[in-house]
Amino acid sequence: MKELSELNLPDDVRYAESHEWARLEGDKVKVGITDYAQDQLGDIVFVEMPEAGDSFEKGEEFGTVESVKAVSELYMPVGGEIVAVNTDLEDSPERVNNSPYTDGWMIEVKLDDASEMDGLLTNDAYLEKLKG
Amino acid sequence: MRYLPHTPEDISAMLEAIGVKSLEDLFPTVPHDCRRTGDLSLPEALTEWELNKHIDKLSNRMAVSPEFKVFLGAGSYDHYIPASVSYLLSRSEFVTSYTPYQPEISQGTLQAIFEYQTLTARLLGMDVANASQYDGASSLAEALLMAVRITRQNKVAVSGLIHPNYRQVIETYFAPTDCEFIELPYTEAGITDLSKINDLENLAAVAVQSPNFFGCIEDLQSSAKKAHDKKALLVVGFTEPLAYGMYKNPGSYDADIACGEGQSLGIPRTFGGPALGMFAAKQKYVRNMPGRLVGQTVDVEGRRGYVLTLATREQHIRREKATSNICTNHSLCALASSMYMASVGGSGFKELARLNYDRCEYLKDRLRKAGYSSPFNRSTFNEFVVQFPQGFETTYQDLLKKKIIAGLPLECYYPELANHYLLCVTETMAKEDMDTLVREVVT
Repeated sequence: MKELSELNLPDDVRYAESHEWARLEGDKVKVGITDYAQDQLGDIVFVEMPEAGDSFEKGEEFGTVESVKAVSELYMPVGGEIVAVNTDLEDSPERVNNSPYTDGWMIEVKLDDASEMDGLLTNDAYLEKLKG
Repeated sequence: MRYLPHTPEDISAMLEAIGVKSLEDLFPTVPHDCRRTGDLSLPEALTEWELNKHIDKLSNRMAVSPEFKVFLGAGSYDHYIPASVSYLLSRSEFVTSYTPYQPEISQGTLQAIFEYQTLTARLLGMDVANASQYDGASSLAEALLMAVRITRQNKVAVSGLIHPNYRQVIETYFAPTDCEFIELPYTEAGITDLSKINDLENLAAVAVQSPNFFGCIEDLQSSAKKAHDKKALLVVGFTEPLAYGMYKNPGSYDADIACGEGQSLGIPRTFGGPALGMFAAKQKYVRNMPGRLVGQTVDVEGRRGYVLTLATREQHIRREKATSNICTNHSLCALASSMYMASVGGSGFKELARLNYDRCEYLKDRLRKAGYSSPFNRSTFNEFVVQFPQGFETTYQDLLKKKIIAGLPLECYYPELANHYLLCVTETMAKEDMDTLVREVVT
């Protein structure tokens, strides 16, 4: 498992305390799980995702991620309608391990309330949380 | 794996370690009026020979074949069990094995369960089968909960020709949930009336049993279409899997889940239990399946090995989010059925099914010629409904004295079917016994 100093925590995304990240791209937000989360889970074998068109509020469960040793729930870092899901993860869930912030993205959300992004943590603040 | 009882020394060492004086000190949280205060009122101990005599006396109160000619089926069937099954099953490697909780060290048990899953999946025409459930009823209830999870809908349409006891179990499972259970009536032909499905919305599953409780073969093609048009899953149940040696299996009708009772396959009737819940589904639903799954893999040196797989669905890992609160199985019964299926073999299974069908048709035909016909004209397997004249109860009781059980009176399950009886014939029923029944009924 990685040391906290080894974690990849880019500054172009915001972080949720439940270990999802959110990246604003135009009026939409891409969502995935952080490097810390994928590292803690270990080899990811399955990602259960919602369907495009579903709507969830911030903090609501939108899916699950299954590794060889655990299943964890995925929570919405921001509320909105799902406009796309990363169907590549069906056949290659390991993308979440290999590139959690790029190929391993999970859903794309049309924001209900843009200010919700401001409530998320910066990379520095997230790292502070992890340090506890 | 061995199970050794604790000695008094073990017990006092454990009590000392946790700092209590006696076993009694472990139960103060149980309310006083829930505790037994006096001793159990038990008779004096018997000698072994007295006990045998006592048990013989008790067992003689029951009507057991071959002494009795039993035309009762209704979910429990009298089939011959090949000697190879009894022999293999009595081997200590199998007979002592419990569902493996330290699984990977028990390669033999895992391999046997894997073979059971493979045979079950092939028999039912499905992609994947689990290591088994308790019985047909719990399998069916679990299948409906699985459909609710997959579709995220909360209504299930259940055929009224699913075994009445199974429907009761479904009701028990569903009572504490917010899911609704709608019963579908039956048609004049003795199969499920699917027309009510048209008016139902938010449907998670349509469940039918084939052969159904009347022994009739359901129209699974229409059932699948009705279910899938409503984006619901088709759940096909069964009490007599031998039928699939002759009739098309659930998988060939695009069933999403196939589940039912496997007692027919090498498990004695033994007063109703223990049973075998067979459970299979399409591959895409594997993560939503209840129960344990054994998978085949290779070790670091490339050798074949077996593992418990997808265990993250199970309750000891996932707690309240598990797919089921059952993470055990009926291993020994599952092994008996895989030994049975392997002993009988693919072509033997078909021949046996045909033999059962022919025997049953013989009785049906004899009764028809004697003037007692079935109200339902659908094809049947092993079982069929006959309408006897009013007042047949007296004849039924007389036959019982002559050690013939003339089927199951249906009125207690279907009040509209007074004087209707469900008769069952398997390969073990001799022609002369069927002739006797017909003769006795006519006179």
